[in-house]
Amino acid sequence: MSRSPTLQARAAVAGRVVLAAFGGYAVAALATALLSLTLPMPRAEAVTAATLLSFPIMVGIVVVAFAARSPTRAAAVVGGLVLALGLALRLVTGTFPIGFGS
Amino acid sequence: MKQGFRQSMAWLHTWSGLVVGWVLFAVFVTGTATYYRAEISRWMQPELRREATIAPEALAASADRAVAYLQEQAGGARTWFVTLPTPERPLIELFWRNRPGTPPGHVLLDPRTGAPAAMRATRGGDFLYRFHFELNLAPLWGRWIVGLCAMVMLVALVSGIVTHRRIFTDFFTLRRDKAAQRGWLDAHNVSGVLALPFHLMITYSGVVTLALMYMPWGVTAAYKGDSQAYFAETGQITQARPAAGAPGTLAPVGPMVARALATLPGPLERLTIVNPRDAQSTVVAVFEEPHGLSHEHPQVAFAGTSGAVVEVLSGGLAPAARTFTTLVGLHEAHFAGTALRGLFFLCGLMGCTMVGSGLVLWQVARQPKHGAAPGFGWRLVHGLNLGTVAGLPGAIAAYLLANRLLPLDLAGRPEWEVRAFFGAWIAIAVAGAWPAPRRAWRGALAAVALLFVAAVLADVATARGLWDDPAWFLGFDLALLALAAGFALVSRKVARFAGPRRARAAGAPAGVPRMGPA
Repeated sequence: MSRSPTLQARAAVAGRVVLAAFGGYAVAALATALLSLTLPMPRAEAVTAATLLSFPIMVGIVVVAFAARSPTRAAAVVGGLVLALGLALRLVTGTFPIGFGS
Repeated sequence: MKQGFRQSMAWLHTWSGLVVGWVLFAVFVTGTATYYRAEISRWMQPELRREATIAPEALAASADRAVAYLQEQAGGARTWFVTLPTPERPLIELFWRNRPGTPPGHVLLDPRTGAPAAMRATRGGDFLYRFHFELNLAPLWGRWIVGLCAMVMLVALVSGIVTHRRIFTDFFTLRRDKAAQRGWLDAHNVSGVLALPFHLMITYSGVVTLALMYMPWGVTAAYKGDSQAYFAETGQITQARPAAGAPGTLAPVGPMVARALATLPGPLERLTIVNPRDAQSTVVAVFEEPHGLSHEHPQVAFAGTSGAVVEVLSGGLAPAARTFTTLVGLHEAHFAGTALRGLFFLCGLMGCTMVGSGLVLWQVARQPKHGAAPGFGWRLVHGLNLGTVAGLPGAIAAYLLANRLLPLDLAGRPEWEVRAFFGAWIAIAVAGAWPAPRRAWRGALAAVALLFVAAVLADVATARGLWDDPAWFLGFDLALLALAAGFALVSRKVARFAGPRRARAAGAPAGVPRMGPA
């Protein structure tokens, strides 16, 4: 605490903050959209459940971003999730028109 | 963060908590006060006379008077909102939403005459309520900032739980007489752990109240962004009836009120009148939430021009929707009776203590060694800590004081009360930034105590003759005096104990100021 952190350490922390905020939100947003379309329940219920789940999901991603051994590792995990969720969403909306429900 | 999981979480807890702590403290304090929003509003308008009961015919007549006023004053508005009189608050409150770009309108009417009520103008408890989630900023900015801070708070709670190896032992630990840092740490742990279920619930449910604004992507994907359709499909609001674009005449609303009262049990709270001069106008009668945790208002929708019932909503939500409305209900605690509301209030105070003591803990843990000059970062945190932890309660006291002291016929009186709020806040923060830290804390906390005493004195001196129920007003004043006593006590403790390492080095018993101000 007393010794002042190096520029590299500062950059690593800043990187994790950016990753946690934007990566966390991206994962939560994609998961919400995907679950809203795929949860096996009426459309309104799926949207509600997905939206309620989105915040714990984001908290989990933030914890991962700060707990990962290195910023690169954290970025790899979050980036992988974004990619996987994005592809899955594309698959769902590609197969079915947006607005597909129940 | 090459250390273990627990260390990285401790780091995350310290820094995420500090960065949003000031906003969170303000959100916690104004949110805790909002449990007594109706009481604060009543205290701030002592001219109000309560009534024993309001007959259904009187309610219908009030609705007609409200609409007559709106037809005359707000004919061009898109939506009218009419809050009907209750025995505790026998007033008609009108609010109308104009075209984009034109500010909304608001007025209080006397339900007997339909003329503007003869009472001092104030925003009452509503100001603190809105500050709780908008910080008096533009609504969009305020809500996003508060939402961001709430998410960081969730992270701080989770990482805080991970950090505490001995969470159960911490329950029973308050080492007042050890070093200052230990005392603040214990205060932070006790207030954080004891009310932990409340903190988790209130933070998560707080985010949920604005969930569709923060996380609209489910509605985007499944409803193409039509949130009205989503809310109607979940059964929380009645179906939207778009304007026909042709002029129409609104039928008398009195009979609709009578019909609504005959359709559903429970007190009728308000009317929403959408597109009042359109051929497809809609009148929705909204009832108070029935007994239970869930925040769901039973509703009857009428076709405005004919007065025919088009939809009745009364319970029967599906599981996820019911979870959502229950979370919102838990956050607002409208279901809580006197005792339970008192408990929520106490938990809110513990939340204020947790955030406040956490902020002070950061400062105490990094206190410069004896003789060393504090760095800029430390001074900045000290200034912000004092400006928030003492400044905000002082601002609330000044807001109440201004309500009693400002001339009754002052133009823009509600805005002047708000200026008094921010004026006192800035004054305390600026005055506290210069003296030595310990003297600054002591003086600022004493000033807050004095402001609360002054509010009580001003109430007794200027409004005594207006009290319709002296015991109630004296009870409210007593609560303010209890707050003043709390601040005076903390000020004294800080004066006696907090800090100088010299005293401790000399062998004097070093104590610790107790928990942060309530």
